[in-house]
Amino acid sequence: MSKVNALLQGTLDWVDARFPLTANWKAHLSEYYAPKNFNFWYFFGSLAILVLVIQIVTGIFLTMHFKPDASLNASGVPVAFASVEYIMRDVSWGWLIRYMHSTGASAFFIVVYLHMFRGLIYGSYRKPRELIWLFGIGIFLCLMGEAFFGYLLPWGQMSFWGAQVIVNLFSAIPVIGPDLSIWLRGDYVVGDATLNRFFAFHVIAMPLVLVGLVAAHIIALHEVGSNNPDGVEIKKKKDANGVPLDGIPFHPYYTVKDIVGVIVFLMVFSVIVFFMPEGGGYFLEYNNFDPADPLKTPPHIAPVWYFTPYYSLLRAVTYPLLGIDAKFWGVVAMGAGVVVFAFLPWLDRSPVKSIRYRGSLTKTLLAIWIVGFFILGFLGTKDPAYKFFGSIPGAPVAQVLSVYYFLFFLTMPIWSSLDRCQPEPDRVTMK
Amino acid sequence: MKKLLFAVLFAPIVALAAGAKLHLDTAPDKANDMAALQNGAKVFVNYCLNCHSASYMRYNRLKDVGLNDDQIRDNLMFTADKVGEPMRIAMQRNDAKVWFGAAPPDLTVIARARASEHGSGADWLYTYLRSFYRDETRPTGWNNVIFENVGMPHVLWDLQGDQVMGEGHKLKLVKPGKMKPQEYDAMVGDLVAYLKYMGEPVSEFRKHLGVVVLIFLAVFFVFAYALKREFWKDIH
Repeated sequence: MSKVNALLQGTLDWVDARFPLTANWKAHLSEYYAPKNFNFWYFFGSLAILVLVIQIVTGIFLTMHFKPDASLNASGVPVAFASVEYIMRDVSWGWLIRYMHSTGASAFFIVVYLHMFRGLIYGSYRKPRELIWLFGIGIFLCLMGEAFFGYLLPWGQMSFWGAQVIVNLFSAIPVIGPDLSIWLRGDYVVGDATLNRFFAFHVIAMPLVLVGLVAAHIIALHEVGSNNPDGVEIKKKKDANGVPLDGIPFHPYYTVKDIVGVIVFLMVFSVIVFFMPEGGGYFLEYNNFDPADPLKTPPHIAPVWYFTPYYSLLRAVTYPLLGIDAKFWGVVAMGAGVVVFAFLPWLDRSPVKSIRYRGSLTKTLLAIWIVGFFILGFLGTKDPAYKFFGSIPGAPVAQVLSVYYFLFFLTMPIWSSLDRCQPEPDRVTMK
Repeated sequence: MKKLLFAVLFAPIVALAAGAKLHLDTAPDKANDMAALQNGAKVFVNYCLNCHSASYMRYNRLKDVGLNDDQIRDNLMFTADKVGEPMRIAMQRNDAKVWFGAAPPDLTVIARARASEHGSGADWLYTYLRSFYRDETRPTGWNNVIFENVGMPHVLWDLQGDQVMGEGHKLKLVKPGKMKPQEYDAMVGDLVAYLKYMGEPVSEFRKHLGVVVLIFLAVFFVFAYALKREFWKDIH
């Protein structure tokens, strides 16, 4: 036994002399001290990595069988669409791989939204974590691109018309717009050229950037240390060895805790994959089981659920401004609705970080914003003529909520400094 | 307090207002009825698989519904030589476009595509195939209640008979077909069950496997949670 140990130790020494393996293990796991009071909301960072791995691994196997080809086969079905059904039927376990990938896309957004919400309520974006937050926003943007490119690939009706609508948005940009959208598509309509370039972006370009940003996100996090539900810095109180008094090594404490979170997540994930893979038409839209037909516009084109809040912002803008079409300003609103998150570290002027010690003003405004975000998302899945309870028109509701969406951020420097906060504790609390 | 907050947050979502709802009849659930699925397959290859292909479905996949290669080859294969071939048709798409106005769609996943907020794809198909009525203004002489001005004539007319649009937007059977109305409904139920099966042949196995996976995860959870408790007992 001691011989084996000596051999292993020798191997490790050999590696450590050439690559900082032990040093990295310590820096990022066994001697990375995380606050001991993480709660439910702190599962979603590691879960996001899990979903990323699921997407990459299932994606590799899907790429082996998928054919990015918009031409029609002998039965008049686009090859790309038929190859997805080939995966579902003729590839061993292909149905499971495909459902994991399609469910994983929605799961990714659920997990990332919850992860962002955590940052929002506990002030995780505040100094000194501004760069972590910015890398995170980069990941979010990249994820949206990844999802958008990927959604075209099954080449169903919603894939096709969704991409057509989104690419057409660029044509609203004055002067260069129309040419820009043709350049993006590589054709006058979404076609084979578009499908192939989206495939390239989906399987190579975006994942590469995504993985790089995730690495930067984690390196930045491990440089400054994690925030926690109390929003106090554990590094301010250290013991004689320089270890934070309220810190515990990430490994084994949070690795064993996250395994529990992973299992619970996998149970929810499995319920969807095995019992409701279409997610009620939200995860796999029903219309997308019709192959893409450039001559047949569906009566109602809705993006997948994770884009619908921003889609509502886009549709809310109906006034032309400065002689430019309303559509352009809608695109600006949609883009601003996503990018505005990046400014949070500088918009928030509260003396405390965590929602636990902030006043009722912040809590109320944030709660309204969250409800508004859900309603905007819901309305984005519906026709613009939709009425709540058959009588309250949805379009003006979306407009009011869109104004609130931006006012919440733009007036944040004022209300966040006005709010009556409670004093933060010296040390973290275990509630 | 937290519960109240959640209730307030999700109330607008739960309170889905009902729009103009399309009324669909509920298709009988025959997903595990092999005799019904076999009958549905028979009706499908006899009546549908002439104009419509099912090009992602291989004949030998019908083993799922309890048939063997010989039974499939002898009874169900009219336009294919080998049992591993997909269900293709001989009709040319360009001809079909001229004859019907639009080429008949591939039906492999039609039961999934026809699902909507109004009901499942099976419900839609079950209603659709029982809602044809005589309409002399249409080139085919047929129209459909839930698919207005449909290009397809009523292929099953000699089984159902002739319906006309009666008073109060209700269909009335004016000329009986070879089947009694109950027999016709049961036959359409079998056909729809088959279409639903064909849309996702793996669906029954998927659910069985899901139960096994969840049991495994539940057992795993117990051990993982015990491990976490053990490690964390010193953290206060």
